[in-house]
Amino acid sequence: MNPTTATTWDEFMEGVWRQNPVFVMVLGMCPTLAVTVSGVNALSMGVATTFVLVCSCALVSLMRHFTPKEVRIAVYIVIIATFVTVVDYAIQAISLTLYDALGAFIQLIVVNCIILGRAEAHASKNSPLPAMINAAGMGIGFTIGLLALGVVREILGAGTLFGLALFGAGFQPWVIMVLPPGGFFVLGAWLLFFSWLERRKLRKQTDKLAEAAQNA
Amino acid sequence: MHESAFQIFVNALLANNFVLAMFLGLCPFLGVSGKLDTAFPMGVATTFVMLVASLCAYGLNLLLSAFHLEFLRLISYIVIIASSVQLVEMVLKKYSPKLFRALGIYLPLITTNCAVLGVALFQTAREYDFVQSVTFSVGGGAGFTLALVLMASVRERLQLSNVPDLAQGTALSLMLAGILSLSFMGFAGLGG
Repeated sequence: MNPTTATTWDEFMEGVWRQNPVFVMVLGMCPTLAVTVSGVNALSMGVATTFVLVCSCALVSLMRHFTPKEVRIAVYIVIIATFVTVVDYAIQAISLTLYDALGAFIQLIVVNCIILGRAEAHASKNSPLPAMINAAGMGIGFTIGLLALGVVREILGAGTLFGLALFGAGFQPWVIMVLPPGGFFVLGAWLLFFSWLERRKLRKQTDKLAEAAQNA
Repeated sequence: MHESAFQIFVNALLANNFVLAMFLGLCPFLGVSGKLDTAFPMGVATTFVMLVASLCAYGLNLLLSAFHLEFLRLISYIVIIASSVQLVEMVLKKYSPKLFRALGIYLPLITTNCAVLGVALFQTAREYDFVQSVTFSVGGGAGFTLALVLMASVRERLQLSNVPDLAQGTALSLMLAGILSLSFMGFAGLGG
């Protein structure tokens, strides 16, 4: 692999995994918890956010030389709000049920900290292509995070996956999981799981080091 | 359906608490709820911004509807919110520099607090009149402050207790929020 593709790939994977916006940076919590009552909702929210993220980062990056430093945040927000308006009308045209299910949270993509954070931290300093790649990575990472929550909550709370019944008629849904407290619990559990993984990895490394030291 | 102002207030404060039931404004909720001293002023500042934003949004919505410019709603709301946050920032900086420093980065971040934009969007979507809008924003702000203060008090207590290392940090806060949210569900139906 030549170095350019390596860095590009790195930049992309940073958002997907190492700096995952949901699990590592814990950003954009409001849509994460509010819309993830089902897999479909989670997926569509993720796609909508990714679209806004990529488009606004591209535009921010194109305009980075003409944007006065003092008003940059205002400029970013107006750019983001423009794309969110586009998405809002698009979803309304494509599927009215989805539009009703996501409710005000489509318009609330404007205040998703991930987007403003990317615009400020990355797109304003890089040329359009890397900015878009980075944004796409973040968007996909966000979508993965949303799906991880949505799928678990749908399976436990409704016994279905993307609308398909998983269990027999005897299944007693764990209703609390699709209600607000369930969102907090499931995300907390995911975070616990990841910190457990991290800890196990660390312990293995130190064990290996200790073993090597003993052998030497 | 016509809701009385009192119903709207109780609903926004307890039954449909902005933070714990509608998931609005979670970033400051998790970020500033470490200490009670900063949690309360943060709640008050946010409530004030919400009130100003709600008033402006109400007037603006009338204006936009009159000219059939509804597609500009989102953009103009966010500009209004950003300017009212700027106002609060300047007032705080002048009269309480200490508090200004304590709130730090979270003060300008009120702009991206979904609770504020949420108030403006929900009052438009539900077609609230002037009085209803004002009670809705004050109730929502009070609910936000209540959740923040409750969370901060519990977290201050938790610092003294013995928590497994693994659960430290955000995971613990989220579990706590879940339990608080569970108890707030007991208020369901209160606002009629």
